[in-house]
Amino acid sequence: MADSVNPILVVVAHPRPRESAVVMHMAKLAAKIEGVTVHDIYAEYPDFQIDIEAEQDLLRQHEVIIFCHPFNWYSAPALLREWQDVVLSYGYAYGRHGQELRDKVFFNAVSAGRSVAEYSGELENHFTLRALAAPFEQMCQLCGMVYLPPFALTSSRTAADEGRAEPHFALWTRLLDALYHGKIDLEMARKLPYLDEKVFAVEGEDG
Amino acid sequence: MDSVLYQAFIYLTAAVVAVPLASRLGFGSVLGYLVAGLIIGPVIGLVGSETTELQHFAEFGVVMMLFVIGLELEPRALWAMRHQLVGLGGAQIVLTTLAIAAIAVWQNIPLTVSIAIGITLALSSTAIVMQTLSEKNLARSDGGRSAFFVLLMQDIAVIPVLALLPLLAIPGLATLAAITGGVEAAHPTETQAWIASQSPLVASAIVLGAVGLVGVVGVFLVGPLFRYIAHSKMREIFIATALLLVIAIALLMSAVGLSPALGTFMAGVLLANSAYRHELEADIEPFKGLLLGLFFITVGAGINVALLWQSIWVILLMTLTLMLLKFAILFAVGWGFGLRGRTQWLFALSLAQAGEFGFVLLGFATQAHVMPKSMADLLGLVVALSMFLTPLLFLLFDRLGGRLESEIVPGEDPTPIDPGGKVIIAGLGRFGQVVNRMMLMNGHPTTVIDGNAETVHRMRQLGIKAFLGDVTRPELMIAAGIAEASAVVIAIDDADKAVKIVENIKKTFPHVKLIVRAQSRHDVYRLYAAGAQDIVRETFDSSVRAGKYTMRALGVHPYDAERAADEFVIADRKMLQEMASDWDPRLEVHENPALLARIRAQNLQIEKVLRGEADKPPTGSG
Repeated sequence: MADSVNPILVVVAHPRPRESAVVMHMAKLAAKIEGVTVHDIYAEYPDFQIDIEAEQDLLRQHEVIIFCHPFNWYSAPALLREWQDVVLSYGYAYGRHGQELRDKVFFNAVSAGRSVAEYSGELENHFTLRALAAPFEQMCQLCGMVYLPPFALTSSRTAADEGRAEPHFALWTRLLDALYHGKIDLEMARKLPYLDEKVFAVEGEDG
Repeated sequence: MDSVLYQAFIYLTAAVVAVPLASRLGFGSVLGYLVAGLIIGPVIGLVGSETTELQHFAEFGVVMMLFVIGLELEPRALWAMRHQLVGLGGAQIVLTTLAIAAIAVWQNIPLTVSIAIGITLALSSTAIVMQTLSEKNLARSDGGRSAFFVLLMQDIAVIPVLALLPLLAIPGLATLAAITGGVEAAHPTETQAWIASQSPLVASAIVLGAVGLVGVVGVFLVGPLFRYIAHSKMREIFIATALLLVIAIALLMSAVGLSPALGTFMAGVLLANSAYRHELEADIEPFKGLLLGLFFITVGAGINVALLWQSIWVILLMTLTLMLLKFAILFAVGWGFGLRGRTQWLFALSLAQAGEFGFVLLGFATQAHVMPKSMADLLGLVVALSMFLTPLLFLLFDRLGGRLESEIVPGEDPTPIDPGGKVIIAGLGRFGQVVNRMMLMNGHPTTVIDGNAETVHRMRQLGIKAFLGDVTRPELMIAAGIAEASAVVIAIDDADKAVKIVENIKKTFPHVKLIVRAQSRHDVYRLYAAGAQDIVRETFDSSVRAGKYTMRALGVHPYDAERAADEFVIADRKMLQEMASDWDPRLEVHENPALLARIRAQNLQIEKVLRGEADKPPTGSG
């Protein structure tokens, strides 16, 4: 946690933007926060022809990388997967001379259809949400990035009606702002099952 | 100096001087015309008695205006709004008439005359209100639309009023007029006299027959007529036909004693769905504008200043009372129909005057011996004065506007906004037809225009709502609604015309996105230089697709072929953009060394890429 700022890149991926009630709104809110770049890859590359150099440049310019997407089949939408395949290349993101993403912070900001109970690991689902996000955690491992647990809105379809959507959006903007100003205790955050209000329990200052 | 030229010179000078001045001061063109008329008439005395005759001629501008309003109306939309129409409009008319009549009765005016006064002053000025609203871009606002409903209802109400007004006639007045040979009573034409002399049953039948004839002409004859004249391809014939149509209808309507304005309105509504709607509108518009202007000038010039000074306080009092009363009733009626804030104020302020139909009704009332001429003259001044004061009402609205609450409460809305907006497609060949189908299948409304009458006719038979029009004419684009359009697709195959259209639109409506069809690279360069954003070479994508199929026929994996095609398109597009910036309209391609060099270099590059010899980063994961 330095007192310099950490530019944030939010990579948004939603294949059906018109039907999105959570992800696209989070993108809209994030765009208003100082230091945040919102990058909608389905808008940029509707034909899946990703400009690799441009993407790699973009990553270089930011310290925090967030994937913002629906947790389709416990994973990322197809274009985001393609993006991982072509952008995080050998010699850039990993491998002997692939150090460009080292020490950057990463997490998934997802909307998930299942309930928090179903993701607790105690029901027949077996796996916690964090466990299901293992491929992303491993990606960070390989690229030398700091992996934080998912920032998730579970039971997303009923969230608005149950009044959980607004608090989630408020926490999202608060989190982005805090990350930008380096006010998050990353060590503590890494150990949480989810990225949530607990992250603010101890507002880390310098040190 | 009485010559027509001299008069035209005076009127035109007055307009040219006064109107821009009024616009600059924020008063709107109508006040400019009124003041111009006032100055050249009573004040300087340059024009005199011919004013009343001119006014009858200029009233034709109101007739044309109602025709255009009818054209722009959609019968279906009208039917959908019938509750608002009858409710809002009906309530305003009835309440205002009763209120004014009550005051008149209280002033010891006979009941029949009071009612006549009431209905005359209850009507607002369609000309001023619609003109000012559109000048201030408020016509589409909620307040503007509600005002329009009331005006429309008033226009419709004029028919029964004109029919029933004679019932309020005072017998004594008829004899009086006959004795004194009153000059106000315009002598009925022979036709009108003949009809009046028939039995009521026959007379009604004749009137209904006339209305029916308008209907028949509008629905069945206009199409073939336009196809007949379309062969000449001369613009002035189109304009002549449009004028002929309007004049013929007006003539027919006045022959049977009906309001010509209402007749043309009906004709306009009938033609609203026809293929010729935009063409008609574009043709009539300039005449309408000029005649309306002339009308307002004559209103200003016709103000009987002597009478005005004589009874200035009375008239002022009556006018202000009238406007206040109308405003109050409108405010209340508006509130009753759910209008609030800015909408409510715009609605009530814009309509709080008496209108040109008041003049018509006053003339008719005098003629039908419903009220004495002296009273009609006085009321005429009240009407004129209220029209004069209307722009001030709008100014008041502008001032209040900042402090009034808006209808919409700003805030964050997490629901995604549906994309939308109107699309105009110019050109109905294969290109335009496909784009049109794609839009319609996705629920995006389109307005399709083509310059060939036969094509338009054929498309209509297939169920496509096409319109006839020359899209290089800015007036036509305006009539087609380009001001509210989000995108215009230029799908014609004439590059010269396309470039011209792009230049026109970029100049006057720069916010509209342009998607333009091009046939050759040369077209692309020209269109790019003219400022078009999305230029589509008509055979390019199809050729690439053919190339893809060819690769697959050679055994290339479908996904490899797909990606090869995509990369080809990206590279080619980049190349085209670079060449477009090297292109010089003054040089032939082979005379332009920079262009030639680039073409050669880029052809080489494409081959390298496709052979896999260019640098490409490896893909894949760890």
